[in-house]
Amino acid sequence: MDFSLSMEQEILRKSVREFAENEIRPVARELDEKEEFSYETMAKMAELGLFGMFVSEKYGGQGMDYLSYIIATEELARVDGSHAATVAAGNSLGIGPIYYFGNEEQKQKYLPKLCSGEALWGFGLTEPNAGSDAANSKTTAVLDGDEWIINGSKIFITNASTKISAGVTALCRTGTRDDGRPELSCILIETGTPGYEARVMHGKMMWRASNTSELYFDDCRVPKENLLGPRGQGFYQMMQTLDRGRLSIGAMGLGGAQGCFEMALKYAKERVQFGKPISHFQINSFKLADMALEIECARLILYKACWLCDNNKPFTKEAAMAKLYCSEVMYRCANHAVQLHGGYGLMKEYDVERFYRDQKLLEIGEGTSEVQRIVISRLIGAV
Amino acid sequence: MNIIVCLKQVPDTETQIKIAPDGKSIVTDDIKWIMNPYDEFGVEEALRIKEKFGGEVTVVSLGPKRVTETIRTALAMGADKGILITDDALEGSDSLAVAKALAAAIKDLEYDLIFTGQRGIDEDQGLVGPSLAEMLGIPHVSLVVKVEVAEDGKSVKVERPVEGQTLVIESPLPALLTAQKGLNEPRYASLPGIMKAKKKPLEEKSLADLGLDPSEFGEGARKLKILEITPPPERKAGKIIEGETPQEKAAELARLLHEEAKVI
Ligand SMILES: Cc1cc2nc3c(=O)[nH]c(=O)nc-3n(C[C@H](O)[C@H](O)[C@H](O)COP(=O)(O)OP(=O)(O)OC[C@H]3O[C@@H](n4cnc5c(N)ncnc54)[C@H](O)[C@@H]3O)c2cc1C
Ligand SMILES: Cc1cc2nc3c(=O)[nH]c(=O)nc-3n(C[C@H](O)[C@H](O)[C@H](O)COP(=O)(O)OP(=O)(O)OC[C@H]3O[C@@H](n4cnc5c(N)ncnc54)[C@H](O)[C@@H]3O)c2cc1C
Repeated sequence: MDFSLSMEQEILRKSVREFAENEIRPVARELDEKEEFSYETMAKMAELGLFGMFVSEKYGGQGMDYLSYIIATEELARVDGSHAATVAAGNSLGIGPIYYFGNEEQKQKYLPKLCSGEALWGFGLTEPNAGSDAANSKTTAVLDGDEWIINGSKIFITNASTKISAGVTALCRTGTRDDGRPELSCILIETGTPGYEARVMHGKMMWRASNTSELYFDDCRVPKENLLGPRGQGFYQMMQTLDRGRLSIGAMGLGGAQGCFEMALKYAKERVQFGKPISHFQINSFKLADMALEIECARLILYKACWLCDNNKPFTKEAAMAKLYCSEVMYRCANHAVQLHGGYGLMKEYDVERFYRDQKLLEIGEGTSEVQRIVISRLIGAV
Repeated sequence: MNIIVCLKQVPDTETQIKIAPDGKSIVTDDIKWIMNPYDEFGVEEALRIKEKFGGEVTVVSLGPKRVTETIRTALAMGADKGILITDDALEGSDSLAVAKALAAAIKDLEYDLIFTGQRGIDEDQGLVGPSLAEMLGIPHVSLVVKVEVAEDGKSVKVERPVEGQTLVIESPLPALLTAQKGLNEPRYASLPGIMKAKKKPLEEKSLADLGLDPSEFGEGARKLKILEITPPPERKAGKIIEGETPQEKAAELARLLHEEAKVI
């Protein structure tokens, strides 16, 4: 068993950490406060090469392994959840489906600009009435000659309504299968197509500097060729995408937990009450010890799942476990971190306050914790 | 324009330094290592000059195998090739010995400019750069914050701050410059850069490869001996100055600075 990272992964971690500390930390609090997606930090992240990490050089990607991508996401999340979200959704959900399921023409057309970070792409699965039950999507696509006519709506779609959002992969009902169940397919819809509208959603509690959108399709016509992969494979493609995507949510949990731990440790060593640093009271040092322990476990489970993925072994169960565990570890770490900060942890002057809010999404997005438990229950044969 | 940048790997500034039981060295087991920040300025400046004039940037470092990571980092930033001088006999060498080994590795290379950091943030000696220039027989300017290579590539004009003013110094090339904070903002090692660096040449050289006698290196050959390392003194509690008005407080502060701290 070899637990060491490659030299490239070590350099990558240092570089992304330094980048996040210098370029994101100074602006994260204000962007959160203003609920603003920053094109400036987006451009800097693109320049560093944070988009298309696992995509081959042929399409403008970096040709790194999946673990490298996860390490980069972890380091961003150590500093700010919103920025990690832009990158994770950009890679796993925006680039992923086109890279893994697109035909050569689609890859040539979209990947270079998505990998350079000039453009972002959305992943349109969730609908107002189809969240956890995503297979219940109601958006329809009807083939009319050489075009699909799309009608319906999507909600909570990350990266789909920025000024640089170039389109979305949407799960649509394209007919009825022989067994009577809906036939679901993924279709690529470019921004600017008549009948397609993406609206920014405001008022989020967390990831306030990440772009979230509501999408409307009103007799929206796209060429027949915009079908992604074979017809009827849409749900399977989306689930495959989520397996990988869950690893990046795990990375956000792990990185966020690490950030909380570091802030809490520093604060607890500096804050003096009753004549000593509060870290000297055992109840507090035990909290810190538990955080360190759980972060270590979270890293092991996540990296193992990545290892399975990179070695082409099945990883659906481990991805669900890693996503679930890492997000719950961050939940406990954020809670401890705020507690250790006392009243100050409730104020925006301290970043733990933002981490505490940002954490919550991780237990909901890309399959809620309950859904992860359903996936695991099935895969261990309990149900 | 061919440029050489000397790199040192040093403990991360965030690392808590622990003194080893011998009282003369530090515990290196759980240290995180980084590129000496002053050397990073050198790498960045070299890359900028290369971008303008063309040519090659070679990074040269000395130390144990772990230093490979620091060299690869410079390659990921955009340097073209690396040389690592590594030999068990080098362990414990002083600055002069380090400069001697670097000079041996550099003397036969083609170069117009050499950058070193103005000092290593670990031992803070600032000796390697000037010593190396001396051994190579080329001029050097230390603590530079601005570098302008002449269009014809034959000379360099640099700025070096001294108390309250700036010296503008011109030197023929080849020359050695030691980089000071303020010279530039080093770039990050980009992800594509990291992948490219994997394929760039990195040569390892032992003392024998450089034709050097191991007895002139290492702990035993030190001209400068470390007798003891002690932790910095514990910081004393601060003092809050009392007073009714700002004027009173200022007067009291001035008195304390003068009479107690004796700094004014
Ligand atoms: C900021 C943000 C970004 C997002 N980005 C995207 C995106 O880019 N693309 C995209 O497609 N979606 C995205 N989503 C949507 C997200 O994936 C869904 O919110 C999530 O899947 C949950 O669906 P829901 O909100 O409809 O909740 P519901 O499915 O209504 O769930 C409500 C509660 O019921 C529980 N529940 C539901 N079914 C069961 C069951 N069978 N057994 C036990 N408990 C159950 C859930 O666990 C949850 O606790 C995003 C969401 C947010 C908030
Ligand atoms: C919105 C808000 C309203 C407030 N309103 C009022 C008000 O009206 N009047 C007022 O006087 N105050 C008020 N407070 C202050 C509040 O009572 C304090 O924040 C609280 O007592 C904690 O003190 P602290 O924030 O200094 O945290 P600290 O005392 O620094 O505590 C930090 C952490 O260390 C732990 N800790 C400290 N000492 C020990 C120990 N000996 N053993 C184990 N653990 C220890 C704490 O439990 C905590 O987890 C308010 C605070 C807020 C946020």
